Amino acid sequence: MVLKSILTAAAAATAALTIAGAANAGILDDVKKKGHLQCGVNTGLTGFSAPNDKGKWEGFDVDFCRAMSAAIFGDADKVKYTPLTSKERFTALQSGEIDVLARNTTWTFTRDVNLGLEFIGNNYVDGQGFMIRKDLGVKSAKELDGASVCIQTGTTTELNLADFFRSNNMKFKSVVFEKADEIRAAYDAGRCDVYTTDRSGLAAQRSLLKKPDDHVVLPEVVSKEPLGPVVRHGQSEWGDVARWTLFALIVAEELGVTSANVDQMKSSKNPEVLRLLGVEGKMGEQLGVRQDWAYQIVKSVGNYGEIYERHVGVNTPLKLERGLNAQWTKGGLLYAPPFR
Amino acid sequence: MAASSEAQSSAPSVSLWNDPKKRALIYQAIVMIALIIVAAYIINNTAANLEKRGIASGFGFLQSPAGFDVGMSPFLKYDAAKATHGTVLTVGILNTLLVAFTGIVIATVLGFIMGVLRLSSNWLVSKLAYLYVEITRNIPLLLQLLFWYFAVLGTLPSKRDSISIFDLFFLNIEGLFGPLPIPQDGFWMVGMGLIVAIVAVIFIKKWAQKRQDETGQPFPVFWVSLALLIALPLIGAAIAGFPLEFEHPQQNRFGLRGGMIILPEFAALVLGLSLYTAGFIAEIVRAGIQAISRGQTEAAYALGVKPGITMRLIIIPQALRVIVPPLTSQYLNLTKNSSLAVAIGGAEIVAIFAGTSLNQAGQAIEIIAITMAFYLTVSLLISMFMNWYNRKIALVER
Amino acid sequence: MTDLSYVRKESHPDLPPPKSEVGVIAWLRQNLFSNWVNTLLTAAALYLLYKAVPPLFNWMFWEADWSGKTYQDCTSDGACWAMVRVRFDQFMYGFYPVDERWRINLGFLLLLGTGIPLLIEGVPFKKYLAIFVFLIYPFIAFMLFYGGMGLTVVETNEWGGLMLTLVLATVTIIVSLPLGVVFALGRRSNMPVVRIICVAFIELWRGVPLITVLFMGSVMLPLFLPPGTHFDKILRTLIVMAFFAAAYMAEVVRGGLQAIPKGQFEAAQAMGLSYWKMMGLIILPQALKIVIPGIVNTFIGLFKDTTLVLVIGLLDFLSIIQSATTHKNWLGTATEGYVFAACIYWIFCFGMSRYSITLERRLDTTHRD
Repeated sequence: MVLKSILTAAAAATAALTIAGAANAGILDDVKKKGHLQCGVNTGLTGFSAPNDKGKWEGFDVDFCRAMSAAIFGDADKVKYTPLTSKERFTALQSGEIDVLARNTTWTFTRDVNLGLEFIGNNYVDGQGFMIRKDLGVKSAKELDGASVCIQTGTTTELNLADFFRSNNMKFKSVVFEKADEIRAAYDAGRCDVYTTDRSGLAAQRSLLKKPDDHVVLPEVVSKEPLGPVVRHGQSEWGDVARWTLFALIVAEELGVTSANVDQMKSSKNPEVLRLLGVEGKMGEQLGVRQDWAYQIVKSVGNYGEIYERHVGVNTPLKLERGLNAQWTKGGLLYAPPFR
Repeated sequence: MAASSEAQSSAPSVSLWNDPKKRALIYQAIVMIALIIVAAYIINNTAANLEKRGIASGFGFLQSPAGFDVGMSPFLKYDAAKATHGTVLTVGILNTLLVAFTGIVIATVLGFIMGVLRLSSNWLVSKLAYLYVEITRNIPLLLQLLFWYFAVLGTLPSKRDSISIFDLFFLNIEGLFGPLPIPQDGFWMVGMGLIVAIVAVIFIKKWAQKRQDETGQPFPVFWVSLALLIALPLIGAAIAGFPLEFEHPQQNRFGLRGGMIILPEFAALVLGLSLYTAGFIAEIVRAGIQAISRGQTEAAYALGVKPGITMRLIIIPQALRVIVPPLTSQYLNLTKNSSLAVAIGGAEIVAIFAGTSLNQAGQAIEIIAITMAFYLTVSLLISMFMNWYNRKIALVER
Repeated sequence: MTDLSYVRKESHPDLPPPKSEVGVIAWLRQNLFSNWVNTLLTAAALYLLYKAVPPLFNWMFWEADWSGKTYQDCTSDGACWAMVRVRFDQFMYGFYPVDERWRINLGFLLLLGTGIPLLIEGVPFKKYLAIFVFLIYPFIAFMLFYGGMGLTVVETNEWGGLMLTLVLATVTIIVSLPLGVVFALGRRSNMPVVRIICVAFIELWRGVPLITVLFMGSVMLPLFLPPGTHFDKILRTLIVMAFFAAAYMAEVVRGGLQAIPKGQFEAAQAMGLSYWKMMGLIILPQALKIVIPGIVNTFIGLFKDTTLVLVIGLLDFLSIIQSATTHKNWLGTATEGYVFAACIYWIFCFGMSRYSITLERRLDTTHRD
């Protein structure tokens, strides 16, 4: 009797918490129906995605989710976040637990082709670097022979690290942790000489050290890490929404549309601005979202440059220059196809 | 008459449902079918998922290159350039066994001491032992490990200010460094000495037993054996001209390298595991000793046996019969708990194989299955050994 | 008969015992300085206490900082309890919305109000209380914590802190108890197929560490479900933890079943009771009563084991404290965080173990000297 009712209770709870993803129906329709976007983010990476004091998620990656929400619902806050470890992120996306993964994920051949994922573009171009104490006097990563290196498990950086040291004929000792917090604590305590991860991550972690100014990020970049949002493979319509949300952010910056001037820009003379903001043409409708989708994105989240400066730019603790993440017109790699 | 014949004829053909044997068969068939259906369902789903996600299956990945470094490999030369996931598995298994073995030895010694102290007639000592037991047992092991690793070992001096012990051992945040003995030619003489000593010890023990049975004269077997075990290998070494060189840790730009090293991750893990388990063992030992009737102690004292010898030769051997079964499960727990190394950057099987290898190779099912199989095997072996030991010390009633 | 006056007529009044045999001195002599070994031990223990206790108290209380906004505000040498004060609500409720926290308080108060009387001897209406706790309460709790029936839904990824720890522990124990009973009965069954399956199940789960089980729940379980289905992460964790705990529970219950004399089974069968009636009415009530201490001990173990969800990224009590101590504002407060966590866990576990010992004494009807 007791058992039976408990099983019933469990079944009810299961039913309430299980969502049988209708794999064949369009994700866009699903998202519209359930009224929110489920977004997979990092469990905690300052500047990219981390809960603030009030437990609200903020960051560069989080703002991509908010932009998508603005495009679909006209409200940037209709997002629910699923914090994911690096081990779980792909499973969560594949099983339909999340609609989009915006979690500083490197675009690689294997992931794109073998894991049933679709990378919709780069929102951040990065490379693996090394951080070290200034007082060790190391100027180049080539001088790291014999150093002990703190590293996070479950990432491509682990393999890049071994490759880099091997190709330079150097030795190292690795100290491996599961969580970024633990690595930082160990590095700060002096357990290892070097901390390696993506350079953006290094900047984020450096800002959290006891004395950030005692540490320096070495100039070498030992890998290419194009980071970007990911959706499930075989969902072209949904992929388009994600991809063009990203392009809208980039193009808005290129055309000078900001959250401050977006209302004036509606009466711009530039036809591309008008198309982008939905004043002319039917782009939003064709994409399956609101007609004024890009207007909503820029209005509530801002353009790419604004997001960048807000979370990771030179005025934040991360102090990251635009570098490769500048517009193509300014020597960077940001290049969006035309809105036409 | 008719009624009884009817009853007789119906007796063999009791309805299927009312015959307990047949009913049992039906139940079992139902359970079996249900199990098969569930298994088939899971296998089917898994196959579909694997195919859909393009995840490889099979154990081929064990031969593919791992490409990452493991933190600690005391038995095997680990080279990140050549290592495969199979090597990682081997290193993980060896490290786990090392942690488990060291932990079990320390926990047993400490646990017995604490258990005996708990029963000490000295009020203060007994209360302190009680305090130890209640603190270690009632705080989660993971918390204790984190405490030892981050809060205690994290405060060790930095690499520049190593604590030096006779200029031979150095202690800093990267671990405890010491000279690594490297056997040279002729080291077999030392091994010979050790073998001879062991053989001699066995004979002495038998002879001493016989002599005590015949004459009642005890013989200091322990001290003689210890002397032999130390002296004979030393003599062997002296004959061969001390064929042992030491590799001392060298200071380089980043700290001490080379020599023998005990990593802080390993130290924190063994420390935490043994302190935690010792709390449980202490309680087991106390309960075991208390289970022995007081009459045994009193009888021994009445015969003029000294307290220490009473404990060692009369109480403990009897208490062991009560102690061994729960002790076995503590050993098993310790072995399984060594998996918590993953939280403090240790390098045992769960951390490097079910952690890093799983991430890199992506074959969750095979890797978790291998890991579980390893633990099941170890559990089985430890229980088998302890069962054998338990039978050996069990009361032989005549 | 001459008067033998040198023989006293009345007995001499009792002399007080020698000074060395009563009072504080005697106690000290007997318990601390009875021989030189003991004296040495006492001296060592006193030295240890002298070395450990005053600095500990200084650090914890006298020199501690109790308020502040960041670690920089903690200027003294002692502990920085300001961290715990600032983050206290987060430690308790995780990221649960502030306006909805009354639901958690209510939920746990309800459980305490009905659960504790259940554990105390001599409280009336236990049957109804049990029905409430095991049958009705789970629904109420689910509704309160998760939402529905007019309450705002609070997604499980906002759950955390002590609340999550308690949810994990109580749900696991409530689910694993009946499961464990089933497996224990299966293990003692006469049907070989059922027995073998149950033995295999129990030994398999007991033979592997909880961490691998949790990994299994977080990376393997999704592969077992039909493509496109997904479970909430906390639910996945609960499922594997319940199975894990059920295996241990089964062994505890089996101990109770084995302690019931064969006569009870035979008498029940002679009365013509069916298997389930025999078990439900005669055997299990007796067996479960005997194993309550064992169940409580399993619960303590489970409560401590919930900390392991830290490795799969759930923010339980320990995990949320760890993340607070690695926050920029509070770097350097790791010890404070761990000590605080240790105190809370210790209070819970020690309290429960005391309860289990009391029960054991009460249930122990054998007479020992």
